[in-house]
Amino acid sequence: MKIGTVLRGCVAITAALGISLAAQAQDKKTSIKVGFVTFLSGPAAGPFGVPAKVAAEAIVESLNAGKAPPPYQTKGIGGLPIEMVIIDEAGGATKQVSEYRTLVQRQDVDVVIGYIGSGDCLAVAPVAEELKKLTVLLDCGTPRVFEDASYKYVFRTRPHATMDAVAATMYLLDNRPAVKRVSGINQNYAYGQDSWNDFEATIKTLKPAVEIISSQMPKFGAGQYGAEISALISSAPDVIHSSLWGGDLEAFMLQAQPRDLFKSSQLVLVAGEPYLHRLPGKIPDGTIVGARGTNGVFAPDSPFKRWLVEIYKAKANLDPNYPAYSTAQAFLGLKAAYEKAMRDKISSAIPMGAAKNVKEEMEKAYSPPNQEEIIAAFEKLTFDSPSGKVKMTLGKGHQAVMGTAYGTTRFENGVVKVGNIKYYDAERVTPPEGVTSLDWIKSGFKRP
Amino acid sequence: MKLDRTSIAIVVITVALLAAAPALPRWAMSLLNVSLCYGTVVLGMMLLMRTGLVSFGHGLYYCLGAYAAGTVDQMLKIPDMALMVLAGAAATGIVAAILGLLLARYRDIFFAMLSLAFSMILYGLLVKSSALGSTDGFNISAKSIFGIAVVDNAHRYATFGITVVLTMLSAFLLNRYLRSHRGRLAEAIRDNELRVEYMGASVRTTIHLHYVISAVLAGIGGALMAINIGHIDPEMTYWPQSGEFVFIAILSGTGNVFAPIGGALVFETIRSFAYEYSPNTWQMVLGITMLIVMIFLPGGLWSLLQRRKPA
Repeated sequence: MKIGTVLRGCVAITAALGISLAAQAQDKKTSIKVGFVTFLSGPAAGPFGVPAKVAAEAIVESLNAGKAPPPYQTKGIGGLPIEMVIIDEAGGATKQVSEYRTLVQRQDVDVVIGYIGSGDCLAVAPVAEELKKLTVLLDCGTPRVFEDASYKYVFRTRPHATMDAVAATMYLLDNRPAVKRVSGINQNYAYGQDSWNDFEATIKTLKPAVEIISSQMPKFGAGQYGAEISALISSAPDVIHSSLWGGDLEAFMLQAQPRDLFKSSQLVLVAGEPYLHRLPGKIPDGTIVGARGTNGVFAPDSPFKRWLVEIYKAKANLDPNYPAYSTAQAFLGLKAAYEKAMRDKISSAIPMGAAKNVKEEMEKAYSPPNQEEIIAAFEKLTFDSPSGKVKMTLGKGHQAVMGTAYGTTRFENGVVKVGNIKYYDAERVTPPEGVTSLDWIKSGFKRP
Repeated sequence: MKLDRTSIAIVVITVALLAAAPALPRWAMSLLNVSLCYGTVVLGMMLLMRTGLVSFGHGLYYCLGAYAAGTVDQMLKIPDMALMVLAGAAATGIVAAILGLLLARYRDIFFAMLSLAFSMILYGLLVKSSALGSTDGFNISAKSIFGIAVVDNAHRYATFGITVVLTMLSAFLLNRYLRSHRGRLAEAIRDNELRVEYMGASVRTTIHLHYVISAVLAGIGGALMAINIGHIDPEMTYWPQSGEFVFIAILSGTGNVFAPIGGALVFETIRSFAYEYSPNTWQMVLGITMLIVMIFLPGGLWSLLQRRKPA
């Protein structure tokens, strides 16, 4: 009997609830509603997704309280408090496109900030364009987003991943010009393949005499690296390039160290910086590490960096890692653009001396900027962030450009320190507008 | 031709959906689109399940259909919706006809695992293909339908139209088929293969045919999904995706061709609202739903409707 009736009732009630929730009318603007999308489950949640979420919550609290350092001291964004809805990025691009539509159309957010997976960024960008919703891509690395297409409503406030491999190669050749034999171990998915291809192309361009011995491509999330480690040991390269991250990197380090792989080969960890504190004693001295930008230990001291470290530590009791820096860049970029749009409106309003419609014009000038005005202010914007100055110069003013840095580790008093830090300007490590990354590397880093 | 109740209902619902299109909010339309695409795939799963087979690898055809559609767009540069779906159906039909030669010999867990293996082979191949974007996949955008260019709202309605019409047409034809002589063999095969053979029917030919039909349905679903979402990646043939199809098939039940479509709609709606209201535990919401259905409604959601009418 009755269980059927009960379930039927449940279905009816759920449907009714759904309709009534959707039908709720929108009140007038008293806050800025941000949809924040990040991995809350799956392998990328631990190292990237959750730190980004913690950072976002800390940043929103701090901005809403007006406690950020100048020029970000106004409360919220342009005086309006930020209201944040968080959703999970797990589940693949198909689901993310559906959920993006939900955020924009059912939740009616003003702006979407998010996406760590490159596939999700590629999939969501055209939908943002279709729905005409300002979207700030958070942490994905693929250069294809703005190299394969151009967008009006989509911005990415962190540099793309090409510079990681290019600067890693430059740093390696600067510090070890005699390097002869190189191998790689990277995950067999888009980021791992791109990272290795860029590194291989750069080294062939800068120093054709270097011999590429092998490229190990274990599958994503493999966990066991016995065969790859044996292959690396037997070929004994001078240097091993790796873009491993998360559990994969930790497992590889734990398995490779007892087998003395690092006695004969120096390691280059493109994305290794966030793991230094997790692997004390396991990262051999002399390992070259990066943080995919001037994040973490590479961030130059500034009030912005001190602010992020303080509010992040208060929440997580850890130093922020690079997804946390990317999150700060996205929020501060949006805030800077919004507030610039406000100033632009006021400064372009008719002068006080004009005779007609002064009241109306001034009211208009002081009203919150609309999306088109925010986008106009965002394009080609330069703003301060905890990792330094961010310049939105690529992708017709929609893609950020920054320099990056690499350093070398040494183990000291129980902690891993990074020394010999070298900075690389954005112009040296990022392709110019209109040239795809691989073409630019193969052309010998030509700039017009 | 005298139409049965289900066929009439399909026609009525198709007309009603198309007529309601302008009144639907955009999010509801995209929710319907995604559900219908899943529904098409699960229609094929239903046919297999009626035949007594469960495929853990239907993502293979779902993904293949989508990549065939992507090839039409990216390589041939003909971004036409109709052609994309046709390519998806053709590619999956051919592959299924070949793989069916082997798979039609297996039953139960062997069939399930072998189909899973084939889907993971495709996954491995796609992940290794940098030219196809590896795990990131690539974007596709359909710009016309039957050669007529569509933009903005016209594009939206065209996508909705082709999704509704093809899904409902698939359901209509499958419903007719299930009532045909060979269609009725499905349950007979599930119950007792030996008897079917004694009756003079070929079990293997029937299973092979049903495998191809279900693959083509999955291919159409995949191609439609590619058109709707605008992005395809190897995740479409990864095992959790295939698992999701089994999930929806069990949730819906196999009582009627409406079951998979309704089941997909319920699944997508629950998932969508769970994402929104419990971002940290949306998987658990789906899991609990599944448990409740399995414990109280072993015949799937469809059995709720069946109980009403006298046997």
